Parts: sequence; C-alpha cells; structure tokens
Amino acid sequence: MDTVIQLSYFVAAVLFILGLKRMSSPKGARGGILWAGVGMVVATLATFFHPEIYVREPFAQGYAFHNLDLILIAIAIGGVLAWWSGKRVAMTDMPQMIALYNGMGGGAAAAIAAVELFKGGTHELAFMVLAVLGGLIGAVSFSGSLVAFSKLQGIMKKTFALPAHQVFNLLLFSATLAVGAWLVFGEPGLFGVALFFLLALAVGVLMTLPIGGADMPVVISLYNALTGLAVGFEGFVLNNPAMIIAGTVVGAAGTLLTQLMAKAMNRSLANVLFKSFGPGDGGEGSGPEGEMKPIEAQDAAILMAYSNKVIIVPGFGMAVAQAQHKIWELTQLLEKKGVEVKFAIHPVAGRMPGHMNVLLAEAGVPYDKIFDLEEINNEFPNADCALVIGANDVVNPAARNNPDSPIYGMPILDADRAQNVIVMKRGQGRGFSGIENELFFADNARMLYGDGQAMAAELVGHLKTL
Amino acid sequence: MITGFIALYIFMLAAFTGYEVISRVPVILHTPLMSGSNFVHGIVLVGAMVALGHAESDLEKIVGFVGVVLAAGNAVGGYVVTERMLEMFKSSDKGK
Repeated sequence: MDTVIQLSYFVAAVLFILGLKRMSSPKGARGGILWAGVGMVVATLATFFHPEIYVREPFAQGYAFHNLDLILIAIAIGGVLAWWSGKRVAMTDMPQMIALYNGMGGGAAAAIAAVELFKGGTHELAFMVLAVLGGLIGAVSFSGSLVAFSKLQGIMKKTFALPAHQVFNLLLFSATLAVGAWLVFGEPGLFGVALFFLLALAVGVLMTLPIGGADMPVVISLYNALTGLAVGFEGFVLNNPAMIIAGTVVGAAGTLLTQLMAKAMNRSLANVLFKSFGPGDGGEGSGPEGEMKPIEAQDAAILMAYSNKVIIVPGFGMAVAQAQHKIWELTQLLEKKGVEVKFAIHPVAGRMPGHMNVLLAEAGVPYDKIFDLEEINNEFPNADCALVIGANDVVNPAARNNPDSPIYGMPILDADRAQNVIVMKRGQGRGFSGIENELFFADNARMLYGDGQAMAAELVGHLKTL
Repeated sequence: MITGFIALYIFMLAAFTGYEVISRVPVILHTPLMSGSNFVHGIVLVGAMVALGHAESDLEKIVGFVGVVLAAGNAVGGYVVTERMLEMFKSSDKGK
C-alpha cells in the first residue's frame, strides 16, 4: 500500500509542475488547472490509505480507518463552503478571494504544526525547527491574508499604524522567534505552543495593517509564496514528498511573481512592507495648476467617432462599475466607424496584475487589441484620443516629472501625451494612493463624470445616432 | 526516509523548478497564475488529513479538524476560482 501512496504522490507532484507550466501560457492555461486538479484528487484519495490514517488496529484483526468520520466531515465543510463562495463571487472580487483561500492554506499549515508540536518531543532537532518555522510562516500568512481580505472587501477601511510601528513589529517578531526557540529546545508544553501561535498571528496582523490598498496585490502574492513555503516545511515534518515539492515550487514561483509585481510598481519589496503608502506622504503643498474641465457624453462621443485612433486605459473604476461589457460594445461601434481602438493595460491596473486582462477577456475583447505598457506607450502621441476609465495613479504624470511625489519613478501610461484625453470618473476624488492627479487639470484633458457603466452606455447611445 | 542532504537537494531542485516554470509568464496571466499556484499549495490537505488521522487527544482532534477544513477550503476554492478565470480566456479565444 505504501508504494501505491508514494507513487500517487509522485504522479501528483509531476502533474502540479506540468500544470503550472501550462498555466503560464494562454493557450494551455485551462488544461493546466485541470492537470493540477487531477493531481490533487489522486493525492487526496491515496492519503485515505496513509499508514497514519488506515491503521493496523492492535487489538482487532486487520486495519481500520482512524478518525475517518472527522476527516470526511471536515473536508465536506471546507469544500462545500469554498465551492459555494468561489462560484458565487463576482470577477471584480477575485483578488480578495484568492487572499482568503490562501490564508486558509496558511492556517492549515499552522494547524499541522500545532498538532505535531502538541505531540511534542518525539522528533529530532531538524524536524522541530522546520515544524516551528512552518507554523510561524503559516500563521503569519493566515492572519495577514485575512487582514488583506478584509481591506479589499471593504470591511476594514483604514490603514493605521502604531507609533514606532516597525520597531514594535521587530520586537514582536523577535519575541515570537524566542518562544519558537523555547519550543524547539525546551519542553514548554501547551502554554508555550499557544503563546507561540498567538504571537505569530499578531505578527501577521500588525505587518499587514499599515500597508495601503495599492500595495495589496504584492502583499497577497507574498503571502501566497509564504504559504507555499510553510506547506513545504510541514511536508518535511510529515515526511510527505508531495507537500515538499508542491510547497517549495509554489514558494519559489510565488517569490518570483511577487518580485515581478513589485518591479512593475517600481517599488522594492522592503519598501512595500515597511513604508506605508498613504496620503500625506509628500508631493502636496503645490497643487496642480488649472482646473478640471468637464465634458458632456455627447461631445465625448463625437470626439471619439471622428478620431483615427483611440486608446482606452481601463483601471479599477471599470472593474467596480462592471463597465467592461459596455466598453467592448463601444469599441465595436467605433471600429465600425473606422476608428482604430486599442487597450492599454498598466501592469498594476486594478488590484492585481492581469486583473484588467481578466475582465476584458470576460467581456470578449480579443487579445490582439490589448497591449502592455512597453508596447503601447510610444503610440500615445499618435492617438487622437485617450479614454481613461476609472484609472488614476497609473496615468499620473507626477510619476514622471515630480520627484517629490510618492509615486515618482513608477512607470506610467503616457495618456497625457495623446491629443485629447477623456477621463471617465465618478467624481473629483483622488486615486487609491491619495495623490492629486495633474493629468486631470491638463489643457487637453476633459472630465466625464458619472458611473462607468452608465456613462459607457450613454456614449454607446450617442454613437449609434451619429 | 527523506532526511538530511536528500531533503536539502529536493528543496533546492523544487525551488529552481518553481522559478523556471514561471519565469516567462506574460502579464496577462499573472492573476490566474497566482490563483493557480494558490490552488497547488492546497496539497496541504493531505498533510492536514494525516495530522487529524493520528490525532489522539481532544485538543489535537479539534486543531486537526480545523486544519482539514481550512485546507479543503484552500484546495476547492483555489480550483473553482482559477477555473472560472481561465474559462474566460477560452471564450475570448473563440471570438477571435
């Protein structure tokens, strides 16, 4: 039986890697998740016959499943709840759902560590160290992801920091490590284990609290990598190769993905984690000159209809307003009139890299109309009109020309270089970073106030009559 | 079974594999891929099952039970969400 289990873990590990490989190209992506899914089912089914579950009973004849009822009930509860919530959630809320599920994985890794530590003393040094480290990382990822989830979900609106927050965090983290060392070398018993996990959970919460919403994607990706690492460590503790390989692969892949995201925002990871990014970080005092000039939907429609080239820049506002379907309708109408329409996607538009691509794909916009920052930036000067929909910081010229601005140096879409800029926006408020956007005050910019979807519908209406 | 340097080698090779597998991913797939890798570490489920399987005291059973619930949520939720996102890429392919 053991050979069968090991073989199925081997198959699962291979399928996970191949699945991830396929998921990194658009063509095979759907097959990729299917392969990984098959791997998961194979590994889970085989585990029911794991020697720690399917135990030889000392007094009875033969074998019996240990705690089978508990295992089945727990899988049913977790599985059904996750299935239901995953099917129900709107596409715009995907980032926080990923954070939530990721946090659950971290919590599970911490729970494994807790059970192993309760049993205590039976493992050798290396195993104790890995159990403690895995538990620490898992617990931090669990509570941190939950904070990230509640921030994105809007349950927790404010970012706040204690005075000398980073010093406090460092002390707390050191204390957690100290208790961890006590667990490894001493025999602190139940109290020590409980204290350790409470401290670890507090570290996760306090680490995430001061981080602003604009940085959340990077943070979620980081916790994703951390959960992977925790799972890998607990895999060593449980002597489970499937967990070791899958966990480590995710840990490494997630770390790379986190770096890619941070790079796209021109911020180092340390910067994201230890320097809160909020209003009042400078760049104020000298407000932009000029004023915001509104435009009516009809004029905007005429302007676009008689353009040769229109570049659409979507942002989180489009996601909130669910405007992507109307925007695609608008695009098709414009193309019928002979206007060339392209979409320009900033790497961190929305709340996650690729967020806009997913939404546009949902609306049916083909790939070949969607362009990355590097591909399209030199086309803005040739465009008659740039239509900015609910994007703000990613088109803020301050990133290019105001060294005092907190976003200075971040690559942006040069929408301001188009002949005309129409900014579709709900109101005069600032973007997620809380910075004033001088693009909105520029001479070639016009503000189209209103809900993204309603406004897009109005534009479509006017275009039809032209 | 997996001890000492063997463990270290597995760790090292798996880390390089993860790094390589993802290194050429287009921006368009970052979110689905993050979601997909989130699903893959749902394998923690098998560990949680084992932990609950050999739990003896009530406390161990409670913690193990919570672990399995969370792990199952990670695996199932991660799959559903990734599948839904990638589903859209298929439909846009057709329209092309």
